[in-house]
Parts: sequence; C-alpha cells; structure tokens
Amino acid sequence: MTPALLVKGLAFAYPDGHQALYGIDLRVEPGERVAVLGPNGAGKTTLALHLNGVHTAGAGTIEVAGLPVTKVNLHEIRRRVGLVFQDPDDQLFMQTVGEDVAFGPANFGLKGAELDARVHQALAAVGMTDHIDRSPLHLSGGQRRRVALATVLACDPEILVLDEPSANLEPVARRELAEVLLSLGRTTLMVTHDLPYALQLCPRSVLIDDGVVVADGPTGDLLADSELLAAHRLELPFGFRLD
Amino acid sequence: MSAGHAGTNVLHHPGDSPVHRLPPQVKIVAALLTVIGVVATPREEFWAFGGYLVLVVTVWRMARVPVSHFAKRALIEVPFVVIALLMPLLGGAAGALAGWNILAKGTLGVLTSLTLAATTTPRELIVGLQRLRTPAMLTTIATLMLRYLEVIAAEARRMRLARISRGHDPRFLWQVGATARGIGALFIRSYERGERVHLAMVSRGWRGAMPDRGVAASPATWLAGLTPVLVTAAVLGTAVLVP
Repeated sequence: MTPALLVKGLAFAYPDGHQALYGIDLRVEPGERVAVLGPNGAGKTTLALHLNGVHTAGAGTIEVAGLPVTKVNLHEIRRRVGLVFQDPDDQLFMQTVGEDVAFGPANFGLKGAELDARVHQALAAVGMTDHIDRSPLHLSGGQRRRVALATVLACDPEILVLDEPSANLEPVARRELAEVLLSLGRTTLMVTHDLPYALQLCPRSVLIDDGVVVADGPTGDLLADSELLAAHRLELPFGFRLD
Repeated sequence: MSAGHAGTNVLHHPGDSPVHRLPPQVKIVAALLTVIGVVATPREEFWAFGGYLVLVVTVWRMARVPVSHFAKRALIEVPFVVIALLMPLLGGAAGALAGWNILAKGTLGVLTSLTLAATTTPRELIVGLQRLRTPAMLTTIATLMLRYLEVIAAEARRMRLARISRGHDPRFLWQVGATARGIGALFIRSYERGERVHLAMVSRGWRGAMPDRGVAASPATWLAGLTPVLVTAAVLGTAVLVP
C-alpha cells in the first residue's frame, strides 16, 4: 500500500548556515496517528514545514500519498498536507470564521454551493458551526484552535500536520480538541513536547533530536524509557504516571 | 490572547437602510464621482454648493444616520477651516474667494467620505475595491491590516502593562527610551508575525489573489446608487453652462 507520507534522508540547513535536519527517515501509513516528539530546537517545526514544501529539502525526498514534493506538484501537495500552525492568530486572518474556512478550498478551486457545503462540513467537524459569522478576534483560545483546524480540514487533506496543538490551551479546551482529533479518523502527524497529549492521541511516536530520528515506536514504550527521555531533555509532568 | 473587542470602528454607523444595503462598489464609485463633480464646480456659483449640501443631507436622511454623527466626525477638518478663515485677512477679496473655495469643497468632500464610511463597513469597502479591480496586492494588504490592527494593538497594550508593572512611568522626555524600544520590539514582532501569516496562507494554497466570493451589482442597482452622482452632474452642468 502507498504510505500516506514517506520521508527519506531529509536534510536541511537554514540560509544562515544553521543545519536543522541531518537526514530524517519517516514512513506513515494511511490512518495512522503519529506524534513527533523532541525538545525545543530539535527540528520538529522545520520538518513540518518541509512536508508541504514551504521549505525545500537540501537533500532527500518526501512523498505525500505517492506524490513527490517538488515545485511542479506544490499546489496539489499543499492541498494534500493540511498544516495547522501553533498560533491560531497566524492562521486566522479573515474578518469572519466562515471566510477563513473558505479561504483554502477557494484557493483550490471550489466555488458556490460546493464551497459552502465544504465550509459547513469542516465547521461541523470541529463543533463551531454556530460561530460562522463571528470574527476570530472574539473567540476563546480553544475555539480559535478548533477553527484553525477547520480551515485546514476544509481542504480535505490526506494528512493533517499539527504544530503544538495543545499549546496555550486550558484543560477543558485541550480535552475538547483531543475529542475532535480522535473523531476525525484522519492520518495525523502531531508535533509536540506535550507527552501526555501524545500518549492520549497517538499510538506511535517518533523522537527527534539534533535533526535526526533517535527513536520510533509505540508511544507508551517511548515514554516509559525515562533514560531515553532524559537524554533528550524530555520528561513527564510532575505526578504523571504511565499505568 | 484576548484581543480587543468590537466597537473600535468609530466611523461606521450600523443600520439597515437602502443606502447601507447598496453594494459597496456602487457606493465607492458614487462617492468618488460626487467629489469630482464638487471639485469641478466653479467657486463663484455659490448656489451650487448649497445644492450639493442638500443632496448630502438627503442621503443621510435615507440612510437614517443622524446629522450629529457627521458633525462630530467632521471636526477633523478644523485645521483647514482655520486656514480658509485666514485667507481673507491675508489676501483681501481674492483671498476670501479662495478661502471659500477651500472651505466649501473641503467640507463637502469630508462629508461625502464620512457618508460612505458611515454606511459601509471597512470589510465591505475592501470587497468593493476588489470588485472594482483594484490590484489584488493592495486589497490583500488592506484585509490583513484590518484583521491584525487589533491583534497588534492588544500586543502593544500587554507590553505597556508589563512595562508599567515593572515601575516604568515615563513622565519626562528623557524617560521615553523604554517606550521607544518597546515600539521597536513591537515592530519586530509584527514583522515576524507577518512572515508566519504568509506561511500559513501559502500553506492553504494562496497564490497572490484573494478568492472573491462576491456578486456583481445589477444595472438597476448601479442606477439607483449613482442617483446622487446624476444630481451632482445636473447641478454642475447648470453651474457651468447657464450664464
């Protein structure tokens, strides 16, 4: 079967010479939910920005559902890879929630009734239909996060890539977002250093540090290895136990 | 993350009158042509300016916006009024005529712009400009400015609170250094946010043009909306042609 995402030997250096990725290998099957763990500066977000071609790989290849990430394929790649940014204020830039959710699919050629249907479908999936005419400015942090998710769902992506989805969320909003993500049943790559959230949502985890994959396996096993975590500046929150 | 709330737009007067309901592109064209007509009117035709004023007041009546709304906001014109009143003192009879010219045309121009702003939301104005084929880059910049003005203002408020909380109290000129550095930091933050917003837009397939979801106005709507322009043209024609 064609993997949803296939990354081979991905290396990248920023223009200032800072080498962020040293050869990442990653294969994600359709329907899988994988957490990408790692300390700050490990290269997690840099990896995410490669998946939809915002950054161009210095070396190595990326394929999304069989389609290589290259300049000619870029528009279709961006439809296939739904990137949800860390700060919803970066993602939500239109005057109303509805316009923002319509922005992506309209760019990909949807119009009229089909576009409206897609917008409603995406907002319903995150439970925000009632807020379609409101300004993103007047939503709570959790609501903004869910609308940001809807803006990407509306493009009907093959794979969802979430950058720190639980950052700055209060506990209730965090749980609500988890419920939404679990209900979607989509291939998901979740970049995070929120280990309990990774355990709750992703059966499999990949640990990245210094631009390489240092561990790949069931999330529970990875988090039980406290030496591995400590070696990469990760640790479970106080009072948290794996049972 | 709680940015400011609505009500920052002091120019718009919400309502549901025939004037409010006109498509924005019609109102923009009508306002522009009316101002051109006013400016083209010879300054000696005093009655014509009275006619224009009656026209503007009639539009206010139809829009059901009170005169006081415009009176308060027209105060922005005061510096020009002062100049106009000084003209006769400096230039005698010719100066008086020149002063009257500035006063009459300036006031009518300000009142026409305020009428457009009172009956059209900023968002509608951008949609109107877009339908009038204004370069996409300009309307995109205006859209982003509208959306992020409040976000940046909220950021500036938070930074100011943080400064004050640490005992900053700029009462003297030599104490404004911290404020100036704060503005510098705000600029950098806004610039970085701009980059992130751009990435998020590109990730959703943006290729330089905002998707237009508006509808074209019918000829009948155009005719109704341009009625004030026809009246202006009639007044102007009479003023120029009738000796």
